[in-house]
Amino acid sequence: MFSGPEIAETLTDLGVTHVVWLPDSELGKWEQDLESSPLHLVRVCREGEAWPLAAGLQVAGAFPVVMMQTTGLFESGDALRNVLFDLRVPLFSIIGARNWLNDNSRDSAKRFAQPILDAWNLDYQLIAEPADKPGLATHYLACRQSAIPGVVVLAEGVG
Amino acid sequence: MPGRSSANSSRRHMPVEPALQMLAAERRDDQVIVTNQMSARLWLRMSDHPLDFNYNPSTMSGAVPFGLGLALAQPNRDVIVLSGEGSLLMSLGCLVTVVDSGAANITIVLLDNGMYEVTGGQKTPASGSSVDFAGLARAAGFPTVAHYRELDDWRDHAAELLAGRGPRLVWLEVGPAPDGVLTELGRPVAEQLQRLRSALAGPTDVCPKR
Repeated sequence: MFSGPEIAETLTDLGVTHVVWLPDSELGKWEQDLESSPLHLVRVCREGEAWPLAAGLQVAGAFPVVMMQTTGLFESGDALRNVLFDLRVPLFSIIGARNWLNDNSRDSAKRFAQPILDAWNLDYQLIAEPADKPGLATHYLACRQSAIPGVVVLAEGVG
Repeated sequence: MPGRSSANSSRRHMPVEPALQMLAAERRDDQVIVTNQMSARLWLRMSDHPLDFNYNPSTMSGAVPFGLGLALAQPNRDVIVLSGEGSLLMSLGCLVTVVDSGAANITIVLLDNGMYEVTGGQKTPASGSSVDFAGLARAAGFPTVAHYRELDDWRDHAAELLAGRGPRLVWLEVGPAPDGVLTELGRPVAEQLQRLRSALAGPTDVCPKR
């Protein structure tokens, strides 16, 4: 959907300072461009680290974005719950949705993606085709202005 | 909590309260202290500083990543994170994350009491073994690592250690918290965060890319 230069430029223009990530095969294509941009790329070993790490960044004045696959979202649910709903730190995240575009997929990661996003009461914007791409910036700015957590779900094919 | 004691009571250890008082005495006024679980309750007895964050309610294993985020956003400010070994065991990979991040301004003080204290003193998977937390930290790439069982040793080396090259990990084998500590909750987390944000605000907000 987004090329590496596109995502790096979009996030930089939005004032994002750090990308805290554990990439999948789609998001991972952006690595070089994120690294060569003004953004700080922070790698975590497990997605549960990403939410409190980003919270620390944001509390200390930075503007992080969390980036991971839906499987990582599932894994890191308790950390997300604590940071977004106990600490009430309004983080923004970009979640790659594995197999979202694959109509015939039996991948349970696809099946549970939307129910889990709903269960966590996350305000998410789906980007499923190139025409949706401006929605990333629009949603980011709206969430930041309202100081609420937000998610962009990037629909992926086979992953 | 009646009957609470170290799950491995034969181990040599220092009393936890004076061990933390040592840290409180050495703490500089511009240093951030992040505590959670047991240490968050005990720290309340010895410090009420705007740069304290008693991470409670927390997500287990969240304190080190939270402290790392603070450290990365403000590389000119030292961040000290107090973590139990039960929390660290839940995310040992965070040691690698800390080193990979390049942050040199973070210290992990590992309070190893040999049990999950807040849930009543059950054993951790490390309680009956000889897990070498110092070795794990060294293997992850921490340049400054220390291990103490005796309060006098910790007292003799604390200042030097906290000034050493970061990131640092100090492994303290400690006893259980005094009775009554676990019911102490302190300021509401929203109030703490507001106070911490205000204390952190200023010219050090802007972080140049490493």
